[in-house]
Amino acid sequence: MVERIPILKIGETLLVTIQVDFHDRVALALQEDLTDKIVTHSSKGVLIDISSLEMVDSFMGRVLGNIAKTSRLLDCHTVLVGMQPAIAITMTELGISLQGISTALTAEDGMELLKALMSKKQKRVSHGRQIARK
Amino acid sequence: MVVKSQESRAIKNEDDIAVVRSSVKRVVALLNFSLVNQTKIITAASELARNVLEHGGGGEARIELVDEGDRVGVRLSFEDLGKGIPDFDKAMEDGYTTGKGMGLGLGGAKRLMDEFSITSNSPSGTKVSITKWQERI
Ligand SMILES: Nc1ncnc2c1ncn2[C@@H]1O[C@H](COP(=O)(O)OP(=O)(O)OP(=O)(O)O)[C@@H](O)[C@H]1O
Ligand SMILES: [Mg+2]
Repeated sequence: MVERIPILKIGETLLVTIQVDFHDRVALALQEDLTDKIVTHSSKGVLIDISSLEMVDSFMGRVLGNIAKTSRLLDCHTVLVGMQPAIAITMTELGISLQGISTALTAEDGMELLKALMSKKQKRVSHGRQIARK
Repeated sequence: MVVKSQESRAIKNEDDIAVVRSSVKRVVALLNFSLVNQTKIITAASELARNVLEHGGGGEARIELVDEGDRVGVRLSFEDLGKGIPDFDKAMEDGYTTGKGMGLGLGGAKRLMDEFSITSNSPSGTKVSITKWQERI
């Protein structure tokens, strides 16, 4: 049995706190679990807290990027919060760019960003309805 | 250069990559490396340990504390007896991968460390060594 990272559902968003031991299989299991939950709960946003992670290597970078890409395809936004400066420096030198992932420094900022991203989409949807009615 | 201490860790599965990371973490914490440099060293170790497993079919990591008088450092060697790397220059290029990775591990590990060397292991396989130095205080 692979150890799994808990995913909390709060309204339309899912909350994930990645623990220190972000082993490869745990990372892949999280990717799977999140995709499932986004679909079952019709979640619109995912907040991933990585403040207790001590490093992000190319494998983890790829998993995080895949989570963001997959959730986007499912009409859901991902925001990464709490990245330590040392990790940001190291990832940049390693050459990982987390394309398509929005980031915020704190969980609070991340929630604000998610709300903004989610409301932008709602506006677009209501705009689309207006056009359809005409 | 004097080797002050040495330990080896087998790399046979994914959990061993995490074991290598925590062993490296424990050793670099002894050397007063800045948090940024600690993170760089652990990340480079994670990349190379994963290469040993993914591309080399498993192998071993050696973690050494080294001393050159005015500076001390950590030297990490990753060895396997896998299929080896036919073209080092190509393998070092960012974006070059024969797997499903991003092709960043080797080039990235080189950038993150002070010294980097890659050699063929005989009769087959690969050995990558990386070192990071710290002024003695
Ligand atoms: N120990 C090894 N044995 C055999 N081939 C290797 C070894 N390490 C690296 N290589 C070869 O060099 C290529 C580049 O390695 P590198 O670590 O840069 O990228 P990657 O492992 O393919 O992807 P990433 O590290 O970004 O996940 C690999 O795809 C593989 O072909
Ligand atoms: Mg690699």
